[in-house]
Amino acid sequence: MSYKIIASQCTGCSACEPECPNVAIREKNGVFLIDPKKCTECIGHFDEPQCVAVCPVDATCVIDASQPRYQAAA
Amino acid sequence: MQEAYVDVGEIKPAGQLNELLEKIAEHKGCGTSGGSGKSSCGSSDGPEDMDPEVWEKVKNHPCYSEEAHHHYARMHVAVAPACNIQCNYCNRKYDCANESRPGVVSEKLTPEQASKKVLAVASTIPQMTVLGIAGPGDPLANPEKTFKTFELISKTAPDIKLCLSTNGLMLPEHIDTIARFNVDHVTITVNMVDPEVGQHIYPWIYYKNKRWTGIDAARILTERQMLGLEMLTERKILCKVNSVMIPGINDKHLVEVNRAVKSRGAFLHNIMPLISAPEHGTVFGLNGQRGPTAQELKALQDSCEGEMNMMRHCRQCRADAVGLLGEDRSAEFSTEKIDAMKVVYDAETRKAYQETVELERQATVAAKRAEQEQLAQLADAEGISMLIAVATKGHGRVNEHFGHATEFQIYEVDAKGAKFVGHRRVDLYCQGGYGEEDSLQTVIRAINDCHAVFVAKIGGCPKDDLKQAGIDPVDKYANAFIEQSAISYFMDYVGRVKAGEIVHQVRGDASIRQGAYVAAA
Repeated sequence: MSYKIIASQCTGCSACEPECPNVAIREKNGVFLIDPKKCTECIGHFDEPQCVAVCPVDATCVIDASQPRYQAAA
Repeated sequence: MQEAYVDVGEIKPAGQLNELLEKIAEHKGCGTSGGSGKSSCGSSDGPEDMDPEVWEKVKNHPCYSEEAHHHYARMHVAVAPACNIQCNYCNRKYDCANESRPGVVSEKLTPEQASKKVLAVASTIPQMTVLGIAGPGDPLANPEKTFKTFELISKTAPDIKLCLSTNGLMLPEHIDTIARFNVDHVTITVNMVDPEVGQHIYPWIYYKNKRWTGIDAARILTERQMLGLEMLTERKILCKVNSVMIPGINDKHLVEVNRAVKSRGAFLHNIMPLISAPEHGTVFGLNGQRGPTAQELKALQDSCEGEMNMMRHCRQCRADAVGLLGEDRSAEFSTEKIDAMKVVYDAETRKAYQETVELERQATVAAKRAEQEQLAQLADAEGISMLIAVATKGHGRVNEHFGHATEFQIYEVDAKGAKFVGHRRVDLYCQGGYGEEDSLQTVIRAINDCHAVFVAKIGGCPKDDLKQAGIDPVDKYANAFIEQSAISYFMDYVGRVKAGEIVHQVRGDASIRQGAYVAAA
């Protein structure tokens, strides 16, 4: 799985963008989105997903259940 | 970071700097080039015994001196949208063009757009001397954008002073970059020095790749803030401290905050009222946390006054404000409009304007001397004090119509003289030439603790209503200097009290306006 940003709640503040260890976040039309192919849920990088930790709006960076679970390289 | 953090009681400021800071704390007077005279101008009262180096830094800064804000303008560029902490009085989702409070902007800018905007504004408004980055998030949570903006501006407009306003969490990390860009003022918002208090103000902070909550969050924040303040003082960068007064949460505690920041070298303390209208959607707005009344705010500012200089003229501007304080012109400088502008940076015109202002400021020094002589006659006023609301467009004079005033300056007069103690925002009461009763009631509520209101002109109806509310509408000082007029009115009042014509009565409280600020057109 990966994280996704609920666009309607995103304030476009950009706080998440530089914190992502995978450079998976970019701006589009004033809001930010996560590239599910790059997101690792911060596993192996940090104890908590950085976008969730820094986002000023609760429940805006959430798990995208439609994506397959991230597998850390063995 | 623990080892560098020093407890309040352990602080021993360095000798030379301490002397300098004491001088700033002590100085009084408002002129620009010395001369005797006691002043009344709110924050940094005046220069005569101030270190010339410090005075040079603050005299043209509208945010640091009530007097300078009549002559000089500042602008904030909104290049820093991200924030690293959450405050219960802030909601980053809300923006309205008529809204005036920190954390709010209509348009984000890139450093390149910001730099062009600064040049456009500086060329249009020669008074523009200061560029601040205040958000709408935290400048130091966006270090690349913030410092890129400073770099671009210091190259193209080196005469513009740079300042920034931060929550202080990342201040120690960026202190050397701040020093390198010659930033001459930093403002830190310090609402507490005790994590027990802080946990009720800050639900979380983001620090070292982790979200901290509760008392841990508040502890880290206060440690970083105090360390940052000490580092600024070491580097001789002037530091102002902003505090938001939240009744029942940190109102009593702010006296302790005042002591803590003073001992670490902050040169000015600005205690602001909480803005907590429910429509802003902040935690405090939604849970019914009230802001202070005008008298509660003044009492707290007065009790901190002996400790250090208090700033009383803060307008709690937006993070993209442009122009003189309380007179936002940001709408004239949208990115779209700037793109269409042909910008020529005219250093000569700017210099000429600033020299004219200097002459005018020197003229007001003479007026201060006359005021000084009046004071000698005030000996029998012992025990009597009053507040006077003044409608003014600036230049230290009573020169605004009652109906055109968007705010009133408040002067306190007693046996020691007249002193600026604050301002009250009011809705534009006169719209299209006719008064509306509701707006008049708003004005009365805002200045209800005053004995008189000085105006350049006033209509018959509001005059009667003010009298009924116990506020004396006075238009005989039209265009006169404010302090002299206030003292002269006060002397006359004391004379009548002594003669038994009237009985001195203490006025009630007044309310602080919370809603959207509609700037004067």
